[in-house]
Amino acid sequence: MDNLVAIAGIGLTPLRPVSPDLSFRELVFEAATRAYADAGVDPRDVDGVVTVAEDLHEGTSITDEYTPDQLGAVLKPVQTVAGDGLQGLAAACLLIRSGAADVVVVEAHSKASNVLEHEEVLAIALDPLYERPWGLDPHAVAALEMRRYLHEAGVPERAVAEVVVANRRRALRNPFAAYGADLTVEQVLTDTMVADPLRAAMMSQTADGAVVLVLAAPETARALRGRPVMVRGIGWASDEPSLSGRPWAEATYAHLAAAMAYRDAGLRAPGGQVDLFEVDDTYAHKQLQHLEAALGLPPGGALREGAALAAADRVNASGGHLGMGYGYDASALMRVAVTALQVRGEAGPMQLPGVRTAVVLSWRGVPTTTGGAVVLSAA
Amino acid sequence: MRRRGSRRVAVIGAGLSRFVRRALETGKELSYYAASQALESAGVRRRDVEAVVMASAPDAFDGQHMKGEYLLDGAGGYRKPYFRVYVGGGSGVFSIISGWTLVASGMFDLVLVVAEEKMSPTQPHPQAAFITIFDHTIERPLGPNLLWIFALEQTRYMQTYGIRNEEIALVSVKNKRNALGHPASQVAEAVTVEQVLASEVVAWPVHRLMVSPVSDGAAAIVLASERVARRLSPRPVWVEGIGWSLDTSYWGNRDLAYPRYVEQAARMAYAMAGITDPRREIHVVEPYDPFAYKELHHLEGLLLADRGKAAEDLVRGRFDRDGELPSTPSGGLLGVGNPIAAAGLMKVCEIFWQLRGEAGPRQVPNNPRRGVAQAWGDLMQIGTVVVLGV
Repeated sequence: MDNLVAIAGIGLTPLRPVSPDLSFRELVFEAATRAYADAGVDPRDVDGVVTVAEDLHEGTSITDEYTPDQLGAVLKPVQTVAGDGLQGLAAACLLIRSGAADVVVVEAHSKASNVLEHEEVLAIALDPLYERPWGLDPHAVAALEMRRYLHEAGVPERAVAEVVVANRRRALRNPFAAYGADLTVEQVLTDTMVADPLRAAMMSQTADGAVVLVLAAPETARALRGRPVMVRGIGWASDEPSLSGRPWAEATYAHLAAAMAYRDAGLRAPGGQVDLFEVDDTYAHKQLQHLEAALGLPPGGALREGAALAAADRVNASGGHLGMGYGYDASALMRVAVTALQVRGEAGPMQLPGVRTAVVLSWRGVPTTTGGAVVLSAA
Repeated sequence: MRRRGSRRVAVIGAGLSRFVRRALETGKELSYYAASQALESAGVRRRDVEAVVMASAPDAFDGQHMKGEYLLDGAGGYRKPYFRVYVGGGSGVFSIISGWTLVASGMFDLVLVVAEEKMSPTQPHPQAAFITIFDHTIERPLGPNLLWIFALEQTRYMQTYGIRNEEIALVSVKNKRNALGHPASQVAEAVTVEQVLASEVVAWPVHRLMVSPVSDGAAAIVLASERVARRLSPRPVWVEGIGWSLDTSYWGNRDLAYPRYVEQAARMAYAMAGITDPRREIHVVEPYDPFAYKELHHLEGLLLADRGKAAEDLVRGRFDRDGELPSTPSGGLLGVGNPIAAAGLMKVCEIFWQLRGEAGPRQVPNNPRRGVAQAWGDLMQIGTVVVLGV
């Protein structure tokens, strides 16, 4: 049983705040065309397809009805994962690792600009009996968590603002990013208060885009045109879904997912062996929490042990969700795409030197406690 | 799809909630009930389970965004790798396919698969939620619902092969009668063809008793690797083949007389199971029967009847519980009920019990050794097939 899966082709559309000229199918078609060309794969040779989508983000029930045509996947084994981008990647890897398939496509997209009131959609993700009656704005859940995290970790608000400034600035070098900007810490700390202590600039902004990855068994990938990047290990986990029962300062799901991915990859000391961490930063404080999970550190550890990594641009070189834009569950897969480009040395202006092993760590956003982790490495 | 060597995967436990029109339990509680029963029947505890797969159809029924996240603690996913897979009405049978990949990959040895559906929160009737499955530009302005489009498909099927509605009504008669032996059933009854045809026309030629009911319920199974299955279970039931296939979104461009996607899925599963002559090598079948004609349609897609001839086979008793190829011995969606994803997994549970000889009053004779469960969904578009064997 070979545990490795190769990313043989990468197709990503640049993220944009709005895309009035394209339907989601056209966005996906563009990403798919790029991925197939990159891999040198004819869609007829694809054995299976995994799409990542949630009905209420799409505005369509049973949204997998609308997935096959634009991927060239009519009458193929196509499935949806109503989950995180990395869970979709995991489902695709499992198809290959189980021996059921040799070439699998994983797709995710965001047409967030079609969602008029994202907060109202998120609010009905809360428990209908115990949590919805409060009339809570879902961003307030993130603010509560941020407050608790800052308190327990001993992290000042300024450190959160610094995450925003660094990520938005790095995004200026990322050709796929929608929200590159040159901000100051003071600008972030004086931006509109959404729910104390969370300010508007500390939240990622939505963007439209699509991502398609062609995965293949390693021996199959070697025969293809593209330069393969190996998925060495993958993990995903969920914690307590209710607001009342979950830990607030620590992202337990992320610790579990990272530990699983490292175990799968046979990676003992991620701090020393990983050249780049791309961790979820849907809200700026989450980057600190998630970096702690990726490094196996307690709350507050990101600022102490993780600071050197961040200073060397080894954390969220892409600019993260804050810089690239937030595309719901597609976000994680988009981060995998840019990270795989880093491993290939093809990341253009954002390329870091010597990225041989990289980790992507994801989260499904409020109010969930679900995330994933993947270890990528050069072939 | 090619296949390299895979680890063998077994079903070692199954559980089911009652299927009811309006459950007082929440979706979490229904999931918990079915999952607990499956774990108990397999003789394992939640903490032994390494990963959980959830299946549930549209969020619009529950009005719950990210429904998989909501259900996760009830389904046993707390602090475990857990995800929700989704292929519309095909989700229930797809859930075991997904669970199979988790175990066959070598990543996990013990996996819990749960399927839940709570349709009753949609007021006044879940049919209204189905408007949101249609293309927003081309189809929604017409105000379609599922009864509508399945009536179209049934008409096309009858017209192409010269099938009479009396023959289709016989599916309802058989399945509702079979369900009399099922402790979870919602709409089991002894009815006649005349009574079916005398029931209200909901969308011609579909009569009310040819349609499965609106249901709440949950089902669960436990999957194990060969090593663990042999240790834990005296009678493991092996997953011998899996297959699924999704056709184009543009259902208006397809010939609805024949479900080619079901055939594609069946061929994939049969090839994996090494089945070359399905009519001789399959001893019991649970085809998806949300509408009476669908059972016949699917038996043809599964290559278990000649095209357009399933109705004749039905009339001569071939699909009766003691017939040549018992079909839907559980009572199916028409008899037990149709909590969508849970109904698909219920069919898998039935094959599990039939192959273990544990189906009680529903047991088919002659010790069946191989069975097939199939589900169908989306816009008359996806087939999901699993072959189980002992």
